[in-house]
Amino acid sequence: MTSSPSADRPVVEMSGISIEFPGVKALDQVDFRLFPGEVHALMGENGAGKSTLIKALTGVYGIDAGRIVVDGAEHRFSGPGEAQDAGIATVYQEVNLCENLTVAENIMLGHEPRRLGAIDWRAARRAAAEHLATMGLDIDPASSLGSHSIAIQQLVAISRAMVVDAKVLILDEPTSSLDADEVAQLFAVVRRLRDQGVAVLFVSHFIEQVYEISDRMTVLRNGQRVGEYRTDELDRLELVSTMIGRSMDVLEDLQVSTEHTVDAEQGATPYLSAVGLGRKGDVRPFDLDVYAGEVVGLAGLLGSGRTEVARLLSGADRADSGTTRIKDVPTRLRNPRAAISQGIAFSSEDRKSEGVVGDLTVRENIVLGLQAGRGWMRRLPRRQVDEIVEKYMAALNVRPANPDALLRNLSGGNQQKVLLARWLATAPELLILDEPTRGIDVGAKAEIQKLVAELASQGMAVVFISAELEEVLRLSHRIGVMRDRRKVAEIVNSEDVGVDDVVELIASGGEH
Amino acid sequence: MPATTGSRTRPAGPTGLRNLTHHTLFWPVVALVALLVANTIFSPDFLSVSILDGHLFGAPIDILRNSAPLLLVSLGMTLVIATRGIDLSVGAVVAIAGALSLSFIATAPDPGAVSTVIIAIAIALGLCLVLGIWNGFLVSVVGIQPIIATLILMTAGRGVAMLITEGQITTVTSAPFKTLGAGFWLGLPAAALIAYGVYLIVALITRRSALGMLVEAVGINPSASRLAGVRARTIVWTVFALSGLFSGLAGLILASNVMAADANNAGLFIELDAILAVVIGGTSLQGGKFSLSGTLVGVLIITTLTLTVTIVGISPLVTPLFKALVVIAVTLLQSPRVRDKLAARARQRAARPEEVAA
Ligand SMILES: Nc1ncnc2c1ncn2[C@@H]1O[C@H](COP(=O)(O)OP(=O)(O)OP(=O)(O)O)[C@@H](O)[C@H]1O
Ligand SMILES: [Mg+2]
Repeated sequence: MTSSPSADRPVVEMSGISIEFPGVKALDQVDFRLFPGEVHALMGENGAGKSTLIKALTGVYGIDAGRIVVDGAEHRFSGPGEAQDAGIATVYQEVNLCENLTVAENIMLGHEPRRLGAIDWRAARRAAAEHLATMGLDIDPASSLGSHSIAIQQLVAISRAMVVDAKVLILDEPTSSLDADEVAQLFAVVRRLRDQGVAVLFVSHFIEQVYEISDRMTVLRNGQRVGEYRTDELDRLELVSTMIGRSMDVLEDLQVSTEHTVDAEQGATPYLSAVGLGRKGDVRPFDLDVYAGEVVGLAGLLGSGRTEVARLLSGADRADSGTTRIKDVPTRLRNPRAAISQGIAFSSEDRKSEGVVGDLTVRENIVLGLQAGRGWMRRLPRRQVDEIVEKYMAALNVRPANPDALLRNLSGGNQQKVLLARWLATAPELLILDEPTRGIDVGAKAEIQKLVAELASQGMAVVFISAELEEVLRLSHRIGVMRDRRKVAEIVNSEDVGVDDVVELIASGGEH
Repeated sequence: MPATTGSRTRPAGPTGLRNLTHHTLFWPVVALVALLVANTIFSPDFLSVSILDGHLFGAPIDILRNSAPLLLVSLGMTLVIATRGIDLSVGAVVAIAGALSLSFIATAPDPGAVSTVIIAIAIALGLCLVLGIWNGFLVSVVGIQPIIATLILMTAGRGVAMLITEGQITTVTSAPFKTLGAGFWLGLPAAALIAYGVYLIVALITRRSALGMLVEAVGINPSASRLAGVRARTIVWTVFALSGLFSGLAGLILASNVMAADANNAGLFIELDAILAVVIGGTSLQGGKFSLSGTLVGVLIITTLTLTVTIVGISPLVTPLFKALVVIAVTLLQSPRVRDKLAARARQRAARPEEVAA
């Protein structure tokens, strides 16, 4: 382990930081210290101010009050570039790369090796490949970034941050869409950097990960600092109650019943039935039935094809083989619109590029799906809009509770809640959720899981995808197991099925 | 390159005033008022309107009438830009509308008959609508970038107009057709009534129906809109079709003004004026949020500027330079980055007077 932090001088010291946005006090007199050679977790609910504190440090936002001392000197960076030059490498919550450039270009941009003044692209690709290798990533540096899933993009963003020889590495929810393996890989790198004396600031809503990697933590609540703790001196329950400001039993009392209410064997017709559905290069032909009133989970590693299945079922991508039957009627889902008109809603894992319409308000974002279904001529009456918006903002606890706020100004987790609201508002018969709890805090995550279970018990069919196997197991009645872009097994969930069993199935590819 | 500075506006000082100066239309309106004031100083009766033969006359009325074609073109342009597109072909469509209508009237047995004129108008507008649909097809179905797709018609369109006029500058006499550009209804210029009427209808439709929101959603995030079930393709197609139609109407007004179809010069560079008007009005070329009232102010600024140049007697040679200066000033003041910088500087000066801004 590392030397006691208090022996050193902090590499970053922020004191009395305040930032106010119109109507929101995002940070209120916050103090924060970061020591060399430690992993420091910044904890707090959605909208607590974590990302804002990071952006205050790196100069994305100007501060209204306070002092920022880096390496003993007061700084006020005018932008992330300056912070980076001062040795602070940052991976922001919303991956911010150029989708139409290659992976290598994204990683090396701004640090390209040069020969005789011109960029040496071969050397750049080689360097990029090395950085990818340290992250345990085996992808072609010459491939275009946009062709990769959001999780890979996240890993590329992290690799990019590693290129700089940083004193401080900031990771804002780097693991939100990663599988256990990638997390382990990332943590190995983080530990190595820490041992070299780098100060790492880490944000995550996964409590277990925080306990695994961090040495200390700072907890924020409603823009205020609650305290700074040594990780080994604060247990999980204490942490959660410090974060939400009251004791937390929600985690305990979430006993979602996964008893099979609808039985496939009883001869009922499935709501949706995919037969030999597939798409070249994405996913091999698979069969899948989803009954009304049940949650079908999809488990599999990153790139196993779980997202691709969701995209075929929802018309986001067009299948090139097989058929979809909806209530026993063969139906071609040529585009998302066709699926929506059949009562299918699909919430994409890629919040930023396939969900958020940032410059529209929260209200407009929530009714977008519903309004699109009605067409532009039949505008939803204002009263109805207000009712729906109010209902779902309350149900999902969207904060700030201001429907007129622009969606891009909400915190990551709250944006995700708004997108869920958009789909729930369409009152779908089949709800396809790809990573719906990505970036959502512990309390809200439990609420959302409860909501999904409730909707299913009221007769909604749900397809649920998550990198977090615990979550899939907790909610699903049946689980489809994916591996190498192929559906390899399907199991009925019960008390006796555990995470290990599913991991085993994924590893063995269903061949016993 | 990472996270861009989000435009943050923070209240400091009297909030009411601040909200006002931060309104996107604040600086454009100031520019317009300044222009009008400057003109009034130069010729004191600039703003006076007189009645002659039951018609209103005066510089303000001139501005209204002269702004009609540009308003129509900019209206379509605003919607196209809001969906992340651009329509470079509007000038060519203006020329085609004029050429087609006047050639038809010229060859008709009775050029002065109302029925002839109505048929001419219908044919011209119909063709322009088809041209708009063609642009929309290239962009939304074939997937060609808007700037390239409309460049095709921009260059080919004038050739088509030439073919229609057979290379001649067709002059015609037809009283009903002349009304369109030079006539008066209810004491007001007919051209202005048509253009402002269309403007009002479009403004009402976009804001009263859900069209405005859906157009903006498509412009802000096309893939998210598609997944949300928005008919993104149809919407893009529609705005290009409207742009064609409105440009056609503008072309008819311009042709009727001079009663001559000049395939080479009709509507020359009007696409640039229209894009300027849209940008001055605060609609970003990146698409998304659009402001029709902003576009109106932009159109009025450009029209007044042109008129000012003639009134003040500045050589037409400097007009483009003069225009450029106004445009630079307005767009700079509107840019969120410049605003943030100005606001940040003011705040830092207020908060820490002894320190130099970092
Ligand atoms: N640019 C902005 N304009 C207005 N309000 C903002 C802006 N950025 C953040 N906020 C507000 O500041 C508060 C803190 O947001 P922040 O993004 O820091 O939360 P967070 O702790 O990172 O949450 P999450 O876990 O959901 O990512 C929120 O209420 C948010 O709505
Ligand atoms: Mg955040």
